[in-house]
Amino acid sequence: MSAQPTNSALHTLDVEAIRNDFSILQQESDLPLIYLDSAATSQTPDPVVDAMDAYYRIYNSNIHRGIYRISEEATAKYEEARQRIGRFINARRSSQIIFTRNTTESINLVAYSWGSANLREGDEILLTVMEHHSNLLPWQLLSQRTGAKLRFIEVTDEGVLQLDDLEKLLTERTKIVAMTHVSNVLGTINPIQELTAAAHAVGAKVLIDGAQSVPHFNVDVQALDCDFLAFSGHKMCGPTGIGVLYGKSDLLEEMPPFLGGGSMIRAVQRESSTYADVPAKFEAGTPAIAEAIGLAAAADYLSKVGLEAIFVHEGELLEYAHQKLSEIEDITIYGPKPRQKTGAITFNLAGAHPHDLAGVLDTVGVAVRAGHHCAQPLMEKFGVIATARASFYLYNKLDEIDCLYEGLLKAQRMLTRRRR
Amino acid sequence: MNIYEEDILDHYENPSNYGTLEGPDISYEEDNPLCGDRIRMDLKVEDGIITDLRFSGHGCTISQAAASMLTEEIKGQHLEDIKKLSKDDILDMLGIPLGPVRLKCGLLALKVLKAGAYGLKGWPGDEDEETE
Repeated sequence: MSAQPTNSALHTLDVEAIRNDFSILQQESDLPLIYLDSAATSQTPDPVVDAMDAYYRIYNSNIHRGIYRISEEATAKYEEARQRIGRFINARRSSQIIFTRNTTESINLVAYSWGSANLREGDEILLTVMEHHSNLLPWQLLSQRTGAKLRFIEVTDEGVLQLDDLEKLLTERTKIVAMTHVSNVLGTINPIQELTAAAHAVGAKVLIDGAQSVPHFNVDVQALDCDFLAFSGHKMCGPTGIGVLYGKSDLLEEMPPFLGGGSMIRAVQRESSTYADVPAKFEAGTPAIAEAIGLAAAADYLSKVGLEAIFVHEGELLEYAHQKLSEIEDITIYGPKPRQKTGAITFNLAGAHPHDLAGVLDTVGVAVRAGHHCAQPLMEKFGVIATARASFYLYNKLDEIDCLYEGLLKAQRMLTRRRR
Repeated sequence: MNIYEEDILDHYENPSNYGTLEGPDISYEEDNPLCGDRIRMDLKVEDGIITDLRFSGHGCTISQAAASMLTEEIKGQHLEDIKKLSKDDILDMLGIPLGPVRLKCGLLALKVLKAGAYGLKGWPGDEDEETE
């Protein structure tokens, strides 16, 4: 299995059939719902909603405790979900899958638990300038606690990582490299496998922010050889409130707990306690049971459609979006060309604020994101305060990009007619 | 209702009282960290009355139109009356409903004005959100 996405003309999606699985896309309304914000949160197919619905309607109960039928069923479904997610990213063991709230919590878990135990003054944490704030703030906080220094791989004007001076940045002082697999703003796919090998060569650990990659193409943790992978349910057709941290077993076993409470203990005395084995050690309190079950249903759904077919479909959408939007006068498109990226196209129109672009697009039913996309260092690199971003997923159609194009022309007519 | 009403676009394109003042009695500037919109307000005040004012800055149609409308509204008013201006007054001036994100755009000018005049740092309207 390849860690990098592969293209094949054999993979085609029946987009209309897929759209029928999403009730939200079938609603009758005056305006169409042209949803181009899947990089923020994806839509949820009916099988995922049904799986969570069944939990609440049929076997709602707490897990790992009840000695009765529905609790045993809930426990079995929750642990099956862990196995299912493990298979989805090709983890060796299901105990390497820790359920969290989201990518952010997964990264915070590593920064607090592994980071606080392993980093000290003089050590370095290597990040990139294209990180989402969720893969920046936890390391800033760790740096403030430990005195470890943050260093950054720069981003080129083309929107890819500047790797020419990697040797200067990646040294024996580097203890961990934390980087995104795919930029949430630019869609850039980073050469994670090569960077992971380079990091391991100097003895550094590697955490991958997979929030924008796991939903869009096959991510194989064994092929990548990453030490940690973090991702969210709600960007991969799953529910909000559930995320995943994958870790190598030896690291997870050595790491101290993150949150304390029920479920993560073996025995508790007044002054001290012994902890449960992984993954329970990192899952204090009642978890998001329905959401874990929903996430497993989402993984099933994506596997059934086929991640390779999804990736090819998104490539076609991106290619068309680039072609179409490039026709607009005074547009700036940020980031690399299609085929070097996935999922998103980010742009600005001269003289129009991205909030207004999004506002005018909303009047024709097109939902896009406008703002700094929780990536202010990247915005600063490109010298902008904000951008507009359209992002795609398996349910988007080519003619929705025509609506985006028409909407942008409308916005341009309205917003830039005789501005001072 | 469309938030891109002609009136709002007119204020955006040809704002009233746009610019800065020489030697203002009150000058204050702030941005909206959510979107980077920035507004500065310069005021001349005599015996508590706002005799002249200008706004400057950059941002989306809503933040700029609201600033333009607000300057028209308060010119000649007593500084004490500014305190009473609320979120709803701004929404009345704009004449459109705003969602929670764009609401901040609409309120930025009033926030800057109240911060400059009274040191009130919060968002107008936030004080309304008690849950009793």
